[in-house]
Amino acid sequence: MQQNSNNFDEMNVQYCVGDAVIMSQLVDAPSKIPFDESIINFLALVSKKLLSMNEAKEFPDVITLGFWMRKASIESLKRRFEVSDESAVKRGRGVVFHIAPSNVPVNYAYSLVTGLLCGNKNVIRIPSKDFNQVTIINRVINDALTEMPEIKPYICLIKYGHDAAVNDKLSEIADVRVIWGGDNTINEIRNSKMKPRATEITFADRYSLAVIDSNAYLKAENKDKIAQNFYNDTYLTDQNACTSPRAVVWTGDKITEAKEQFWDMLHKILIKKYSISGVQSVNKLTSGYILAAMKPGVKKITSGDNLIIRMQVPSLTSDLMEIKDNSGYFFEYDCKDIYEIREFCNDTRCQTLAYIGSKEQIKPLIMSDILGIDRVVPIGETMNFDFMWDGYNLFERMTRNIVIK
Amino acid sequence: MNYDEILSIAPYSLNKQEKTEMLTKRMKELTKRHIETCEPYNRMMNSIDFNLDQIKKYEDVPFLPVRLFKELDLKSVSDDEIFKTMTSSGTSGQAVSKIYLDKTTASNQQKTMVKIVSDFTGAGRMPMLIIDCPSVIKNRSMFSARGAGILGFSMFGADKTYALNDEMQLDVEGIQAFLKKHDGERIFLFGFTFMIWQHFYKELLRLKAEGISFDLSKGILIHGGGWKKLTSEAVSPEEFHKDLKDVCGLDSIHDYYGMVEQTGCIYMQCECGHLHASIFSDVIMRNPTDFSICKKGETGIIQVVSAIPESYPGHSLLTEDEGILLGEDDCPCGRKGKYFKVIGRLKNAEIRGCSDTYAAKFK
Repeated sequence: MQQNSNNFDEMNVQYCVGDAVIMSQLVDAPSKIPFDESIINFLALVSKKLLSMNEAKEFPDVITLGFWMRKASIESLKRRFEVSDESAVKRGRGVVFHIAPSNVPVNYAYSLVTGLLCGNKNVIRIPSKDFNQVTIINRVINDALTEMPEIKPYICLIKYGHDAAVNDKLSEIADVRVIWGGDNTINEIRNSKMKPRATEITFADRYSLAVIDSNAYLKAENKDKIAQNFYNDTYLTDQNACTSPRAVVWTGDKITEAKEQFWDMLHKILIKKYSISGVQSVNKLTSGYILAAMKPGVKKITSGDNLIIRMQVPSLTSDLMEIKDNSGYFFEYDCKDIYEIREFCNDTRCQTLAYIGSKEQIKPLIMSDILGIDRVVPIGETMNFDFMWDGYNLFERMTRNIVIK
Repeated sequence: MNYDEILSIAPYSLNKQEKTEMLTKRMKELTKRHIETCEPYNRMMNSIDFNLDQIKKYEDVPFLPVRLFKELDLKSVSDDEIFKTMTSSGTSGQAVSKIYLDKTTASNQQKTMVKIVSDFTGAGRMPMLIIDCPSVIKNRSMFSARGAGILGFSMFGADKTYALNDEMQLDVEGIQAFLKKHDGERIFLFGFTFMIWQHFYKELLRLKAEGISFDLSKGILIHGGGWKKLTSEAVSPEEFHKDLKDVCGLDSIHDYYGMVEQTGCIYMQCECGHLHASIFSDVIMRNPTDFSICKKGETGIIQVVSAIPESYPGHSLLTEDEGILLGEDDCPCGRKGKYFKVIGRLKNAEIRGCSDTYAAKFK
């Protein structure tokens, strides 16, 4: 079975990085140790090329990626994750088959870098849509690979449609399978069998929330920056990333005043930066009415236009996520006691809690034995990728531990 | 205000001020009625802190997105008063709209439609040629907007004859016999735009090349169902009209715009090629950014208001179509009221983010 799978000529995919020959080499190539010097150098090269490329400057997500891959940034990751215990040695697990989400252009690159830094060989289904960001990143990777051809057998980036045969083939050779893109994709890919020792990392459908301490917000001097940060967390991805807050919870005793300023500052940014389509506007109107019909006591507040729709709910419960929407549609809740939102967070789908104020006020909630919340981060950092992601330690999940005693 | 009073007014006879006065009064009454009798509607109005005093003009009545009728059961009458439930067509697997009608609303829909359509066809029934196949209304599983449209328009026809057989082939002999029998009379033709083009026009064109032709210069054709499928064949409304005229002499051709959520209040296309609002209903184009009212000539999302719906809160709806207001009270055809153009369905925006819920909602 292993022998057969090393021939990739018949596989119906489009190669963006690598080819069928590289695929065969990839299967046979040795795993590396985590933070292997050749990999760090390769990523530094890619980073340098990205950050100096004029076309890349238009895309803040590409620039952020470029910074994240800099040598200094990788070295700090290395310091955090490298083990010093001499009786344990780590290596990559082997072939990692990644299925990237179709609607977030740069996500596949983070998945790739994680796989590489952990010492693995990576084959990635990248978005089939022609995102400019993807074109730019792939061009830079190809360019860097001609300078460092020894890295070639560690990267294959491919595009293909819903093709079960390809899923089967790649799952068969994988030691780790990483599935982004939510519940539907996970269910589809799970039809393909993996080796008995292979493991899987799945990023299921999740939802997130923001908790704002009204007193802390009113005291903050950088309200422009806060608004921009919140914009980046939400509108930048049409509020459709799993990390984008769907609900905004207000605490403290100056809620009315804080709300007014917060939403007003955000609206000023939206007028300049965000355009909303008819379909998005109609959807938000529809979602608001469905909620109102289902839950008595709901009040809708708009920004006077369709850019911000806030649905004030009398209680914040996880069933609201069955009727959520995006593109600037928020459930808003005035909270006197942090335990009032416990039900909302006590759900395995609840992922990121973004906050303004002190994280200390959140801690009792986290410690109260809830099923959800894997990340508590300041507003503005919800999208910052890290090896600790979605409740997983990706570094642990993508490496093999060898004990030497 | 009783709907019978409105029915007694000629459908295109009121100018802007007269229509506004009449429609505002009726719309306010309907809004009050639905708030009192439809609890989900009442909750929706509460959620936006709406009260009736806010209605200065019928434009001020909040609009419900048509998709709500797919997601919720909205009715303003008790279950035992429901006379008929209409459902929209929908691609397989999609949710369908459920529209609950009591006897009054159902009957007013029919009466309204008669008033509107007779303004174009004249009173009295004409021999009717249906450009479709007989099974479309016989077969219950196929029964859809197509079947409902045919049944609705059948009340304007006599001696109803289907132009196509169940294999969707033109019944040449049947049509010849029908035309011979009604030689010299005005003929009423009805069908769906795409069917007419695909199975009627194209076939007539082929037959003409073989020397077989039909004279339909005394015919009046009403067609609906939208242009979406024809746009992919790159056929414009102008070409559609001209080509049909060239092939069979048919010159009186009227498109219409309407939806199951506001049955009865259809918008007929006049001799000048404009869709017209009758006094029973109106269109308001809404800006997608803030739902403000668009100026004449600006593209907006089409809101439709109708004076008919008493048994369900569908008197003011936001469609998923885009349109442009062309003018009001001054169409060269002489009909009063707004005239407009429908551009088509709202374009599906590409939504960013890693969740895939969006695509499922709006495919």
